[in-house]
Amino acid sequence: MKLSGWGRYPMVETDLVSPHSENDLRDHLAKGCIARGNGRAYGDSAVGTATTLHMRHFKRMLRFDAQAGILEAEAGVLLEDIIKVFLPQGWFPKVTPGTKYVTLGGMIAADVHGKNHHKDGGMSGTLVWIDLMSADGSVQRLRPDTPQFSWTCGGMGLTGIILRAAIKLRRVETGYIEQRTLSAPNLQGALEMLNAAQSATYSVAWIDCLSKGAALGRALIMLGEHAKHTALHSALHPDPFALKPRRKWSMPMAAPQVLLNQYTARAFNAAYWRAGQRKTEPILTDWDRYFYPLDAILGWNRIYGRHGFLQFQCVLPHETAEAGLHALLQVTSEAGLGAFLAVLKQMGTEAGGISFPRPGLTLAIDFPRNPASLNLIERLDQIVLAHEGRFYLAKDARLSAQTLKASDPRMATFAEMLKTTESGDHFHSAQSKRLNL
Amino acid sequence: MSKGVVLILGAGSDIGRACAHVFAAKGHIIQLAARDPDRLTADQADLQLRYGVSVSLHTVDALEIDTHADFVQALPVLPDVAISVIGLLGTQTKSMKDSVSAIQVLRSNFEGPASLLAALASPFEERGSGTLVGVSSVAGNRGRASNYIYGSAKAGFTAYLSGLRHRLFPSGVHVVTVLPGFVDTAMTKNMDLPQRLTAQPEQVAEDIYYAVVKKRNIIYSKPIWRVIMGIICALPEEVFKRTGL
Repeated sequence: MKLSGWGRYPMVETDLVSPHSENDLRDHLAKGCIARGNGRAYGDSAVGTATTLHMRHFKRMLRFDAQAGILEAEAGVLLEDIIKVFLPQGWFPKVTPGTKYVTLGGMIAADVHGKNHHKDGGMSGTLVWIDLMSADGSVQRLRPDTPQFSWTCGGMGLTGIILRAAIKLRRVETGYIEQRTLSAPNLQGALEMLNAAQSATYSVAWIDCLSKGAALGRALIMLGEHAKHTALHSALHPDPFALKPRRKWSMPMAAPQVLLNQYTARAFNAAYWRAGQRKTEPILTDWDRYFYPLDAILGWNRIYGRHGFLQFQCVLPHETAEAGLHALLQVTSEAGLGAFLAVLKQMGTEAGGISFPRPGLTLAIDFPRNPASLNLIERLDQIVLAHEGRFYLAKDARLSAQTLKASDPRMATFAEMLKTTESGDHFHSAQSKRLNL
Repeated sequence: MSKGVVLILGAGSDIGRACAHVFAAKGHIIQLAARDPDRLTADQADLQLRYGVSVSLHTVDALEIDTHADFVQALPVLPDVAISVIGLLGTQTKSMKDSVSAIQVLRSNFEGPASLLAALASPFEERGSGTLVGVSSVAGNRGRASNYIYGSAKAGFTAYLSGLRHRLFPSGVHVVTVLPGFVDTAMTKNMDLPQRLTAQPEQVAEDIYYAVVKKRNIIYSKPIWRVIMGIICALPEEVFKRTGL
């Protein structure tokens, strides 16, 4: 069958199987297989060249240490389920990406980061161990500070199949976030505000990537802290963890192309920025709205129409960030192809063998997939290279092997390491083939 | 219905697991019974963590008929709801030629589950309450060349459930017959199933939950199967035997 990632591009021919047990999984360890979680990587990271191993039947929670807040669970458990079960007990994930519809295994394979990376680091830092199945079907428990562990975190499934893991959760008093929104008139202002907000637990900037000239990079900076119980309005006390489900909307079909163009995107962005400027007072937002605004629209990837979309995400070192971001936004705004989402945030320390995060600033922009945007992104790649930045493989659908290698010297070491192990030549996604990993 | 105890017979199956989740999520205490309950310790932990209900494991072999009464005796409490998800598809071609495997299919789909439900029926009847659920199959509605061994056992089981419901009605015990069409489970993993006609185990489990709550007699899952089987059963035999159904 034809299978893709969240961006619905590229569509790749693969044999999709859903093993029921570990033994069943062993039977399907064909050469050219890769594990797939909930399919939220944007490109072709979780599409096997031969076989794609859907991990949906591996979704059991195994043990919880309520003293230390450590959960042991199978790789296919959804982050949403972890939150639903443990938030009422006062625990929240230490690291969460922008959607709760990801699996534990997927979060590890991509070594995901959240709005708190500058302060708390990424997914790999929250792990106690990982159980990994190698090409020969054997299972090994990997612990932090071993080479196998660090290649597996962020290793995009290429070191083997993540079966189980133990993760540390964070204590929280409520399910609410105290959110403050600041507005910056341009990129420089946005960078200053993010820099001044180092101590904030969560920080992220939404950038209007279609604004030009003096307003280039105008942004809303959103800061957040876990609300203490005392901060809750008394009306909320009966439900301090905000577990009442939100109304879900869904995209019934791919949107017609005409609905999303530079005029509608510009109008949306301008309206959003003005609305954000008005709400400068701190507000209480529930966890679902704060961390996962897009999850309220099921199948939001269809907004971009049937040709799918691309997300470009890079990280630039602090030293080159301002010049690099300026160049990236300049080119993007001139092209007028950007859509609703451009997100900028600070990153903290580097971890993991080939994990994406490094100290600096990361920018993510969505584009509808078409020849013009593919060309534009090629240009963005070059700007990133010129500013010594790197790319996020969980978002990638079209990067070239050459560009990847040039952006990150660790990739060559990773590819070498994979060559020397049986598993390295066994697990392959469409992405790893394209990138020569 | 108060939050009674729910026994699942054949708890290692996909539909069995899904039923455990649905009932545990509503706060029911769960008893998981299977031939090899050691394989269910992870499921037990998962259910307890997710829903905060207690879950116990029990050994039962559907084909060991003479152990069934003791199995029911040994349960920590007599359940309020018992769901049999026991079944064996086998391979039709093998079952046609090899009578040992045919008998295995017949016994696993009819004799075994019928005997287990019988062992529960009397104490339920004595108590004057409870619900017995039997997961049969639309394959039992009409024998077809492609799966009549399995189908005939399910036909027997469906008739058995109907009789049991008739017998137990005066005592206040309810019996639900579940007739799933295709379900996406380990049992059917090598079959190429049409997506529109194939239910997920979670869907079947939800259907079972509502059938128990609403005291439904016979449910199809998905409901389209009621229509499909209605048509298939309405075909005169002269016509039917010439089709490739």
